[in-house]
Amino acid sequence: MELFANQVLAGIATGAIYACMALAVVMIYQAIDHLNFAQGEMAMFSTFVSWQLMQWGVPYWGAFVLTVAFSFAAGIIIERLLFKPLAKAPILTNVAGFIALYAIINSVAGLIWDFTIKQYPTPFGSSPFLGSQLISTHQAGMIGITLLMLLLLFFFFRFTRVGLAMRAAASLPESARLVGINTSWMIALGWGMASAIGSIAGMMIAPVVFLEPNMMLGVLIYGFAAAVLGGLTSPFGAVMGGFLVGIFENLVGTYIPGVGNELKLPIALALIIVVLVVKPAGLFGRAIVKRV
Amino acid sequence: MTAMLNVKDLRAYYGQVQALHGLSFSLNEGSLTTLLGANGAGKTTTLRAICNMVRSTGAIEFEGKPIGTRSTENVVRLGIAHVPQGRGTFTNMTVEENLQLGAISRSDKNAIGSDIERMYEHFPVLKQRYTQQAGTLSGGEQQMLAVARALMLRPRLMLLDEPSFGLAPLIVRDLFRILGKINREEKVTILVVEQNAQLALELADQAYVIETGRIVMSGNAKDIANNEDVRKSYLGY
Repeated sequence: MELFANQVLAGIATGAIYACMALAVVMIYQAIDHLNFAQGEMAMFSTFVSWQLMQWGVPYWGAFVLTVAFSFAAGIIIERLLFKPLAKAPILTNVAGFIALYAIINSVAGLIWDFTIKQYPTPFGSSPFLGSQLISTHQAGMIGITLLMLLLLFFFFRFTRVGLAMRAAASLPESARLVGINTSWMIALGWGMASAIGSIAGMMIAPVVFLEPNMMLGVLIYGFAAAVLGGLTSPFGAVMGGFLVGIFENLVGTYIPGVGNELKLPIALALIIVVLVVKPAGLFGRAIVKRV
Repeated sequence: MTAMLNVKDLRAYYGQVQALHGLSFSLNEGSLTTLLGANGAGKTTTLRAICNMVRSTGAIEFEGKPIGTRSTENVVRLGIAHVPQGRGTFTNMTVEENLQLGAISRSDKNAIGSDIERMYEHFPVLKQRYTQQAGTLSGGEQQMLAVARALMLRPRLMLLDEPSFGLAPLIVRDLFRILGKINREEKVTILVVEQNAQLALELADQAYVIETGRIVMSGNAKDIANNEDVRKSYLGY
């Protein structure tokens, strides 16, 4: 029993990484109705920017705030330059755009900062959290930050006029335009917010997986799995999905013989497929019902 | 009386297909006008062209300003509310959020609360359901909500696309009574597109009849309603 409890706790700790990333995934899905394959690379680039700022002597939280602001602006610029012209293009054109963006950002980061693995600091320290060896203060801090972001997003979408306008633009663009909402800018804003959330995820994840241009490769797939499991329409679901994927991955690794580190990623991919077949709306998502 | 909306030689296209063939009409300020015609005559396209939701050429002037090249949201922001066919309800949001969205482009935030209260007076059924998901409302209630949402803009001109569609006759009467009241009391100019010609002509003071993308008849609503030939050939009752 103790083994089980410990594995669950450790799963929650790794799950926080996926939850962070899943939140960014859901954010962009809400705005543009697609998954952004370059999301992880954008987060990685942002994390490098914060690292560079710290190399130049900016204190952690200063670099943190500057990076979030930079990422927000960069997200909007990417949307305006690359994806606004593709707004009416077929989905495959957009997917090609995402993949191009993925490759470009990955190579540019490698060019500027090279591919060697770098240490990345944590503001929370890395001692055991409340005396537990399974969860460090950094992981606890990361869970706290994720839940805080979730809370802020909830208030933003529920109680602000911009949040309401963004929801309207995402659910029914034509009706949204008919009440005077500039839906095109709402999409750009969604990109900015997703990019900013991604940058926070990157800065939280980097102390665990270390900083290098390919750091987000696996994390993004887990993030997708978490978002799909929780429901692509629900930020709350995405975070819960993140924790569940983390727990699931740990328990499978513990109790099913033969599943080592090598098979962990296939587990995430298998989870995506199973959820899409059995419950496409995810655990907390809203099934889209259309009257015909 | 001055013309609030002036449409000249309006032609609209869906891809290669031309749907409107040089339509001209005007709406007087404060009037309640109906645009009648059979299925496929171009009624909906006319409304969509005013809001720039379909590719069109020709001149559209609202209160003296040309609006043909403005984006949909900028046309709306001038004070032209459009209740689309199918109502365009934000079904996954609450009734109150739908009303809030109607006022989302307004800058006088303090007046929005009292405007919502006023809508509940016009449409008491919405008040009972204000925390409910709009998608759970009946067709009639959703149409009331769509009209209320449009009014939240405090529009100068309201365009309605077949508000009677799919509603029970009693509900339609109720809705049209409210539209008349809004036109008189709140001085909102109204253009209503209808297939239910009889009822629309009772409500309206001006009428246009449209056939395959052209205006074929215009005039006082009473005269058109009383003209036997027009009724038989265009309105079918």
